[in-house]
Amino acid sequence: MEQLKSPSDLERFRKDILAKRDPKRPAVAVCVSTGCEALGVKGVLIAFGEEIKRQGLEGKIGVKETGCLGFCEKGPRVVIYPEEIYYFRVKSTDVPEIVSKTLISKEIVERLLYIDPVTAKTAKRLSEVPFYKYQNRLLLDNNAKIDPKKIEDYIALGGYSALAKAIFQMTPEQVVEEVKRANLRGRGGGGFPTYRKWESTRDALGEPKYVIVNCDEGDPGAFMNRALMEGNPHCILEGLVIGAYAIGSHEGFVYVRQEYPLAVENMGIAIRQAEKYGLLGKDILGSGFDLKVKIHRGAGAFVSGESSALMTAIEGRVGEPRPKYVHTSEKGVWDKPSALNNVETWANIPLIINNGAEWFGSIGTEGSKGTKIFSLVGKVNNTGLVEVPFGMSLRDIIYKIGGGIRGGKKFKAVQTGGPSGGVIPEQYLDSPVDFDVLTKLGSIMGSGGMVVMDEDTCMVDVARYFVNFLCDESCGKCLPCREGLKQARKILNDIVAGKGKEGDIEKLGEIADVTSVASLCALGQTAANPMLTTIRHFRNEYEAHIKEKRCPALVCKELISYYINPEKCNACMLCFRNCPASAITGEKMKIHVIDQSKCTKCGTCYDVCPPNFRAVQRISGEPVPLPLPEEGRLIKKSGKRQE
Amino acid sequence: MIMDRIDDIINKYINEEGVLIQLLLDIQREFNWIPKEAITRINERLQIPVSQIYRVASFYKALSLKPRGRHLIRVCLGTACYVRDSPRILDSVERKLDIKAGDTTSDGKFTLETVNCLGCCALGPVVEIDGQYYGRLSSANIAKMLSSYN
Repeated sequence: MEQLKSPSDLERFRKDILAKRDPKRPAVAVCVSTGCEALGVKGVLIAFGEEIKRQGLEGKIGVKETGCLGFCEKGPRVVIYPEEIYYFRVKSTDVPEIVSKTLISKEIVERLLYIDPVTAKTAKRLSEVPFYKYQNRLLLDNNAKIDPKKIEDYIALGGYSALAKAIFQMTPEQVVEEVKRANLRGRGGGGFPTYRKWESTRDALGEPKYVIVNCDEGDPGAFMNRALMEGNPHCILEGLVIGAYAIGSHEGFVYVRQEYPLAVENMGIAIRQAEKYGLLGKDILGSGFDLKVKIHRGAGAFVSGESSALMTAIEGRVGEPRPKYVHTSEKGVWDKPSALNNVETWANIPLIINNGAEWFGSIGTEGSKGTKIFSLVGKVNNTGLVEVPFGMSLRDIIYKIGGGIRGGKKFKAVQTGGPSGGVIPEQYLDSPVDFDVLTKLGSIMGSGGMVVMDEDTCMVDVARYFVNFLCDESCGKCLPCREGLKQARKILNDIVAGKGKEGDIEKLGEIADVTSVASLCALGQTAANPMLTTIRHFRNEYEAHIKEKRCPALVCKELISYYINPEKCNACMLCFRNCPASAITGEKMKIHVIDQSKCTKCGTCYDVCPPNFRAVQRISGEPVPLPLPEEGRLIKKSGKRQE
Repeated sequence: MIMDRIDDIINKYINEEGVLIQLLLDIQREFNWIPKEAITRINERLQIPVSQIYRVASFYKALSLKPRGRHLIRVCLGTACYVRDSPRILDSVERKLDIKAGDTTSDGKFTLETVNCLGCCALGPVVEIDGQYYGRLSSANIAKMLSSYN
């Protein structure tokens, strides 16, 4: 195929691709993103290849490798086309049946369909699965239809038509105006209006100007950008080219963290393919507009996700933030004007150009337009990526889409915004999710991490976790962040170790005040949020740790003890055999006992104790009951105890 | 021999600006750590001060100034994994290998590290060994996971 030299070339190419494809041909699409890969999808893929060969169906059945559809909980996931039947938790042993039954005879393999845990009904269509039913997947939907390594798949779905429209039917000013009217706000965390970044980069003096995709995604517990870049890299590239055209930039960077090797690989392939077809590089679609894009791999530093730090990293130096009064839109990479946006922000651009600002503005709330992808994880039943319009309530996201809390436990809080965010307790669950509401609640939208916590999560431990994280990731440039966090960590470590003192909570508050006003970048300015919100909403847990030396959630190692309830122990020997510290005494027919002086509190006994016995218990804030005397430990009946 | 391999990598980045991090990532991938020879060679050929190379190499988590073992184990301590008990997974791996995070076993077989997030949050707790991901782990299946490496 030659380079595409005009929008009509692109249109012709699209028609050619579609003409060569038979929409009725049976095909199977297998998710090969990192999540499903962790669950063994490679074996499933190989099995499809072998089975199709064995049944002599090569060429008659297509096999497509696609990106993530979000419901990682139920992976590996495959889709059967043209009927669009979704199978979940597929194993390689299921493959022969799928090929002969579904692909050949068009019969459904019921047990592989999604089964609703409440109604026990199976869902044939994706829209019948509650996890998907309430979503509005403007960005993620294509992940199941596209092989991210094939630009043809993206073009077949109308890809790069927004680029053609922007360059040939709109002036750069009109593009900026459209993004402005759409009220698109940055998806990386700040929620800053995208058009303003573009406008000031465009107006800034200095050449060259740079456009940058931020896929550093350092927030622990978030993987939206990973899924988009792995599953649909071209939609990000298309947005980037449109932005570059609007800004007047001819050089771009895609910054990807090295922890995401598949995203790096797929983006690299996408860039090469787009260049080959003349959709990137010199004289894009024959318009005379050029854009050269390079990938820059991040080397593992949370602070490098901050825009000015990321730009110094692109220069090959240590990624530390710079003072904010020098705007990166004026002096960014090598002191040249630079526009940096998050992966998801760029991916929204083609949608806005194709469908118009009015359409985009009709989705979402007054101040936050469009959809947002959240990474719904932690203690919910359905974990995965969730794309919803702004304005949906936290409760709907967690209960309707997430299916509620695992194991029938009680909801405690949801943590949003990563280490810069905060925890939101039960009483605010009905708040609509948008940039401004979450900020009012003391948390932030952040990039979209949503970690659900239940009664078994200790909020002091959560605060300690984030402070510890930020302490390690602080670049050390500003004293309040470097030293303040270290002191906060020490206090929190003491509290969870049962060495907390009166006045500790107030001291944490003081440190929080100073770090938030006196730090240079957002890492330090927001570092106090996890502490402040946990203190605000869960002060009683702090007090239990400090005053009663008790961890109410039974998490903090130094404050809990493992104990075998003699009433429930069946002398099954499981904990005895598995204890790595040899702290358990027991034998057949004899109730087991933990020697508290030897116990390392690793929790193995608690894990292996059969659920129907639940003899191993955790206790906190009270003395461990004395063990039964030797002679009282004998169990009369083997296996079953009398109740 | 080692110099040839280092030179091959440096050759890819001649006459380019801001390449230090990319260059060091490639060296890391080739040798599994940043040997001293590589630092002096980069200094000689690209005129980047040794202090600057050390600074970058010691700042970033992915770059290691100590030799790593044959297999790299990364235990995810991201928030989603953390609330699903990943610290206990780390405990059991540490116990099994008798090393602490950041160290290498005496036979040079495993290096154990922690990582802030692997982006497999839905499957937590997650461990990655040499690029292979293991999801939904419990401390009970750690031994089995480790036994397939030699």
